[in-house]
Amino acid sequence: MSETAQTAGAPAPVAVRRPPLWRRLIGFNLLTAVLLGIGGWYLGWWLGHQVSGASIAYFSDTDQNDIALFLGYFTAVVGFLIGMGFLQYPIARLRGYPPSLREKETEGIGRYFGLCTDHKVVGIQYLFGVGLFFFIAGLNAMLIRFELLRPTPVFNSGNYLTLVGLHGTMMMGMMTSAVLGPFANYFVPIMIGARRMAFPRIESLTFWLLMAAGGILMTTVFFGGFPTGWTGYAPLGNQANYGMDSYIMFFALVGISMCLLGLNMLATVITMRAPGMTWDRLPIFVWGVISTSILNLLAPPVLVAALSMSLLDRTAQTTYYLQSGGGSQYLYQNLFWFFGHPEVYILALPGFGILLELLPVFSRKPLWGYRLAVAGMMGVTLLSFLVWQHHLFVSGINANLRPFYMLSTELISIPTGLTFLCGLLTIWRGSIRFTVPMLFALAWFFNFLIGGISGVFNSDTPSDTTEHGSFFVMAHFHYTIMGGLIFTFFAAIYYWLPKMTGLQLNERLGKIHFWIMFLAFNSTFLPLFAVGFLGQPRRVVTYASNLQFLNDWVSVSAFVLGLSMLVFLYNLVYSLLFARIRAERNPWGSLSIEWQLPSPVPVQNFDTIPVFQNDPYGYGDGAGPVTRPVGIPARGR
Amino acid sequence: MVAIWLVVSVIVTPIFALVLGPLIPPGNDSVQGMGQVFDNQVLMGVSAPIMCFVLVVLAYSLIVFRQREPAAEGLPIRGDHQLQVYWLIVTTAIVLGLAAFGTYELVKDGAGGGQGPSPAFVPAHHNTAMPVQVIGQQWEFTYRYPTFGGIEIPHLYLPANTLIKLHVTSLDVIHSFWAINLGVKADANPGTDNIAYVETRNPAKIEVRCAELCGLWHGYMFDLQGRVVSKAAFGPLMKQQEKIYGPVSKFLPPFATTYSPEPTLRAG
Amino acid sequence: MVWKLAGVGLGVAVAGILIGFYISNWLLSSPPNVDAQTSASGAQLTIQTVAAVGPEAPNREWVSYLVQKSGKWEHSTIWTVPANSLVHVTVYQFDGDSGLRNPFLSHTQGLVGTATLDGKPFAQIKPDNASHTFAIPQLGVLVPLEGVADNAKNQCGYAPCDHNTMAHHTITFTFRTGKKGKYRWQCFVPCAAGFQFGFGGPMQTIGYMDGFLNVV
Repeated sequence: MSETAQTAGAPAPVAVRRPPLWRRLIGFNLLTAVLLGIGGWYLGWWLGHQVSGASIAYFSDTDQNDIALFLGYFTAVVGFLIGMGFLQYPIARLRGYPPSLREKETEGIGRYFGLCTDHKVVGIQYLFGVGLFFFIAGLNAMLIRFELLRPTPVFNSGNYLTLVGLHGTMMMGMMTSAVLGPFANYFVPIMIGARRMAFPRIESLTFWLLMAAGGILMTTVFFGGFPTGWTGYAPLGNQANYGMDSYIMFFALVGISMCLLGLNMLATVITMRAPGMTWDRLPIFVWGVISTSILNLLAPPVLVAALSMSLLDRTAQTTYYLQSGGGSQYLYQNLFWFFGHPEVYILALPGFGILLELLPVFSRKPLWGYRLAVAGMMGVTLLSFLVWQHHLFVSGINANLRPFYMLSTELISIPTGLTFLCGLLTIWRGSIRFTVPMLFALAWFFNFLIGGISGVFNSDTPSDTTEHGSFFVMAHFHYTIMGGLIFTFFAAIYYWLPKMTGLQLNERLGKIHFWIMFLAFNSTFLPLFAVGFLGQPRRVVTYASNLQFLNDWVSVSAFVLGLSMLVFLYNLVYSLLFARIRAERNPWGSLSIEWQLPSPVPVQNFDTIPVFQNDPYGYGDGAGPVTRPVGIPARGR
Repeated sequence: MVAIWLVVSVIVTPIFALVLGPLIPPGNDSVQGMGQVFDNQVLMGVSAPIMCFVLVVLAYSLIVFRQREPAAEGLPIRGDHQLQVYWLIVTTAIVLGLAAFGTYELVKDGAGGGQGPSPAFVPAHHNTAMPVQVIGQQWEFTYRYPTFGGIEIPHLYLPANTLIKLHVTSLDVIHSFWAINLGVKADANPGTDNIAYVETRNPAKIEVRCAELCGLWHGYMFDLQGRVVSKAAFGPLMKQQEKIYGPVSKFLPPFATTYSPEPTLRAG
Repeated sequence: MVWKLAGVGLGVAVAGILIGFYISNWLLSSPPNVDAQTSASGAQLTIQTVAAVGPEAPNREWVSYLVQKSGKWEHSTIWTVPANSLVHVTVYQFDGDSGLRNPFLSHTQGLVGTATLDGKPFAQIKPDNASHTFAIPQLGVLVPLEGVADNAKNQCGYAPCDHNTMAHHTITFTFRTGKKGKYRWQCFVPCAAGFQFGFGGPMQTIGYMDGFLNVV
């Protein structure tokens, strides 16, 4: 009876009985991971005191046990990853089970709080995870500007330094993945016609390592903070409270995460392109991701090496960075900036990619000079490894190489200039639509122009003598990173979020957000060039009273800049939770493949692997939808 | 459009190079500072037309090429080989020119930057320069005068119209000695003699700040009481300083380019 | 759905307020402000230095200054003194010697009259005997404080120390304050045990060897 009922007609809807909430919280998820992480921390802390408590009291009477703290952080990370479920698969393989991607099959909201091998889930995890830390670090910036309203200190001077360090470190560490995390993870496999990343579990690992690192960094406030800013310069870092250990652990984990992310991206793009997706048909955004990934792969290992020596200096009392002990503080400076300069291009290059990806769509015109644009990004990638000593122009290392580093630094403006050329000529004689993503992309031209020109001043050694270590440098890199990366980051959010969530963002609020942000941004950072020239060094808690007007102006502008972020947050909550207007499949009329798929993209991406016949920039030549892949799912919007 | 750019550039460039440029610190209290001001003027003069070019092209495009009717497409231009080559030639020429100019300015007199223990770019007559040592410690700069009996004083006093050889060093972490209006900046590193040359001009006040994060009182590591005084007044001034700070001189270690006070880890 | 959203929103708001409260507390954390006793001849500050601040502070082993407030010892380094007037300071010095990294700082600077050490006037001490310095660089004030000899009897372990019974030196000096403002003061002796160059920990934490002079 029941059998006939089942076979006749459509299958009866099966009532899925979801277990109660408390039951669903048990298992390998974020909650378990955090609990195991905290438990692991106490285990390591206790172990560290057993191992080294007596010797710390004997050798150095600092009242602080660095070894215990480091051990605590190590075991916390291990516990966190076990709780996340990263050991399940290796153990299953050891027990003889066949390879699988079971983690991909989960559904529901719970998959965003666990190990998921679906690259689209990881992309959304990244967006909100990185967004959270961007928000926290932004609040830190607000507090910094609050302190600088007055020339005399209001905050505890030591904790103010930690605040500055937290802002810088969090931004520089977390924002490396601002574009590569959410947008590359989500769209690179789709753009190249793949169903997943090359190493899906490593993809998830990079995200959860980053989150663990962020949590560790913030615990520094319980351990006295760290006074060194984001650079962690050596003698000061070795001298600091054991809050410094959080910084070391944070950047080491971020370095590992960055390196794995770059490796994964490169492997995916190299090995998993669909038929017909030749190198010169790759969307330019993918080229931006490739160039960033090369830096991601090669630069952070140097940082991890530098931090390992810092760790040994702090725990085992080695003297890698101690001049009087046979080491050298220049070793740290060189290693750090050998990573640190590529790092700033890790932040800038994805912006180039997004810019050039969006301009053709919104000016209805093919990308101008595709190969030139690729050459530009690759040129930046190569040159960024050859310029690091411009951070050490007055440091007292041998001056003979200064003209070389001046030249190599200024040479970077040639490939950067190519991006300007390709961008400007892409909109030239186009049919420009001023949508919200386009506005954010266009702001890049203005911001990066000022950032780039001020960079020429910095690279010019005589001019740099005054600018070095002053607010001029601060204004310069905020123009390139915030003006170059964060503006394109928001462009990408407004552009791609409808595809990722299937919901529209409010256009009007988006425009309000843009105009407030753009004007407040320039009003914040343009005066800082003057502040720097007039003699305000970076990271000071007090300053000359004649600079108060400029500083107040900057602070008020910064608060308005912060306000614009609230507009964005309101837009996000309003559009995604309350308005919930379904997005069309292709609202921007893009020819790129991700816009031919339903929104949000189904789990398997394509029904069958697509075959590419062209690049996605065939606007205006009457050829119609140029990318004609087979295998695009018919259902969905 | 080229005409618009030319007009804008002709107006903006002189404003940037000749009006704004000289206003940029460090000013003319030292020869090196004047060199930096000239350097900034040249950079302003070169970058102004470039900025104008980008902004004019951008503004022109946004106004002229905005979408006038729905679904209108742009021209399918995918590149221009000749333009590429010209652009590359022009940008390369500008960059090489700027690098050559910067190198010339640097090689001439070191441009006020710290150059380490064996300076490569020295001004003329550098052998006759008056040595002054800058000692950074957490959190104060002190100054030692080897040609005045090796005395150490808490404020920087320099004679006018004199070439000075600054030996910058530190007793603990990295500081950065920044004499703002003299256009001098040199990191103070432990165990390292970082040499910077500066040629003073007229009597002036000296504003000194630390430009490298050095711990809790980094923001307070400044001194506004330093002075450049006339050559005639300098001798008597140093006599007076010797009277005040002479007694402590016999406790100082003999003058050296670097100091390594021991031990590095103190107990109790 | 609405209730769920409201719950999540409320949770986020509560967490945000708690974290905000913690952070503002942390940023504004500061030892209590202690007013100097004022009289016709100026202000009187009585302070002591100890080798270990004791169990009542977060870091019990750290070296620290304490200040006397109406007869009781208070763990604070933020002191209020009047502008353009004399400040008479009495220091009970209970800590042993550490020695200066820069011997230049072993001579008094910027005082009114001469300082006394156990009643005897002095201007200079041996650099290696310095235990701490009391320095206000913006006022040009510097006083080296002689350390207690290593073999002295009845040395003080933890603060507060009693100057009637325990080994110490008494240093007195007078300086003149300038215009109103917030002046930082610090110690120049590398007295933070175990930290590199002796300058970490208590040397970089307000409330131990650093503080502010509020001149009002």
